[in-house]
Amino acid sequence: MPTTDADTTFRFLGCSEIQEILGKQAVDERQLAELLEEVPLDSVYYHTHSYFLRSRFIERTYPNDFAQWVAQQLQDHVLAERLSVVDPFDFQSLEALREELISLIDDHLSGMRTVPRATFGTPFYFNRSRILEVPTGIEVQTLREFRDAISDVDSSAIYFHVFEAHLRLQREENDFSAWFRGSLKLPDLADRMKALNPYLGSLERLRSNMLTMCDEQLAKSGRG
Amino acid sequence: MIRELEQYREVAPKGTIDFLYRLSDLVQDKRFLHISAVRYGGGMVEILRRIVPIMKAMGIEARWEVIAGTQEFTDVTRRITDGLQGREETITNEMYQTYLDVNARNAKVLNLDADLVFVHDPQPAALVDHRKGGKWVWRCHLDAGLPHRPVWSLFRRHVLKYDAAVFSLPGFAQRLPIPKFLLYPSIDPLTEKNRELSRAEITQVLDQFGIARGKPILLQVASFDRFKDQIGTIRAYRMAKKHHHCQLVLAGSGVAHDPEGEAVLAEVQQAAENDPDIHILQLPPEADREINALQRGATIVVQKALKEGFGVSVSEAMWKGKPVIGGTAGGVSTQIVDEATGFIVHSVEGAAFRIRYLLSNPSVMSRMGAMAKEHVRRNFLITRHLSDYFTILKILSSE
Repeated sequence: MPTTDADTTFRFLGCSEIQEILGKQAVDERQLAELLEEVPLDSVYYHTHSYFLRSRFIERTYPNDFAQWVAQQLQDHVLAERLSVVDPFDFQSLEALREELISLIDDHLSGMRTVPRATFGTPFYFNRSRILEVPTGIEVQTLREFRDAISDVDSSAIYFHVFEAHLRLQREENDFSAWFRGSLKLPDLADRMKALNPYLGSLERLRSNMLTMCDEQLAKSGRG
Repeated sequence: MIRELEQYREVAPKGTIDFLYRLSDLVQDKRFLHISAVRYGGGMVEILRRIVPIMKAMGIEARWEVIAGTQEFTDVTRRITDGLQGREETITNEMYQTYLDVNARNAKVLNLDADLVFVHDPQPAALVDHRKGGKWVWRCHLDAGLPHRPVWSLFRRHVLKYDAAVFSLPGFAQRLPIPKFLLYPSIDPLTEKNRELSRAEITQVLDQFGIARGKPILLQVASFDRFKDQIGTIRAYRMAKKHHHCQLVLAGSGVAHDPEGEAVLAEVQQAAENDPDIHILQLPPEADREINALQRGATIVVQKALKEGFGVSVSEAMWKGKPVIGGTAGGVSTQIVDEATGFIVHSVEGAAFRIRYLLSNPSVMSRMGAMAKEHVRRNFLITRHLSDYFTILKILSSE
């Protein structure tokens, strides 16, 4: 893992995002499905993942841009709920996630007499992002140091080590759980960290959950 | 420690300033040039005036050049600007030649050498014809989503010579074969318009305008322009007034030498029907402290424009901890998180309903106001803008 070395140091990497406009826009649910099929996977990632980077503080009603748009602009709360329950955590690849989203919209449309359209609302604009990795200069070697660092580190580092690691960088588990397992030899904590579903809240909530886990582990090992 | 940046440590989200130092390490010694038509007036230059010195202090070779023009050039570029925003305009060959000539003259005297050149708005855009090295980006601050086609066709040939274009919203962009980036405007929390004010300062401004302190204040800050729909806001206020004893403040810049503005102001005054609880304020362009005090003194801010640019005044109000009721035009709905920091409404009735709802639920109002401030802290402050600039500088200059 690029953020660690043989002496078990974990180096926090933050990230900064620039949003790129793809110039494709959907005004109804059919177009949404059609364009979902043709946009680059980076765009699927953007609307289901970097959403968290852009909503670091406020948890929105729906956990991805597609569900949010369908609810807010089309007032189709049934499809919004169905899209919101799709959990990227369950998918091993972005392509599989894309297929699920498309098939869900198609299935929903097959039961509709008319296609919900953004008559008064704004279209869905497909974007993607370019992510720049930024070394934070924060390095830790123990769980206590990790706990202190995670409470203060820029939330983009949490995003990078959890979200980017999983799907875009195709790592088997997030960077934190990999470090707990490989360097700190704490397999239980690593399993709990790996099982932490980051899609059910904001980055700040994720930070808070991780702090709780670390505190529990430190208390258990008498170092709390 | 960079003093120019450190002063934001208290207001930026935790970790941001340290992160900016790290980000700036990636672009040390890069040369970043901004070019605009003016150095004073408008949100974009206010931000540049602060950002360029910060970047310099952080070790980036940042510069800001302003082009020199003539009265004819100003007239032509006003037409181009209006045309890009959808107004029917005619640009004759002679006018276009003036535009090209002034840009060519500026290209001869300005130092255009940089790793990244950011050209703001249409006036200096033709400088790209004289580009030397580095990456060139056209920063469009306008809503060019529905331009007058002949003007766009004429102008597009310059845009195509850029390496990328940057817009404030996806809907403001045109189809282009070059990469298009999205960069939201921002506010500076330390300027006169946004800095903290004491209770005494707020009271003094409210008293100055004869605004009662004991009654809830609904505020709309917008120029007197038909698209800002002050009359719609008056109608919403009247519906709410049946249930709540409140007052409405409509504050906008003065309309001297602006026949359209004068006409709108007259219509608004007529619609107000001498209601002593409606305060129509014409403010001079430099009335930043007054606007700050009005926003801080307000109970609810309404931004119900029918057509709007990004509408950064929404963020200004949110920064002061106010819930904002806004329409769907421009960037208003991008800044408001519906039902969390305020409400997005689609009609006069919708605005009236939400005003009533908030006035009946003061605890919701304070919760939304607090969320609004935090939302702006993370998304619409100058520190985020600085991070965007560093990122785009690194990404484009490394390609």
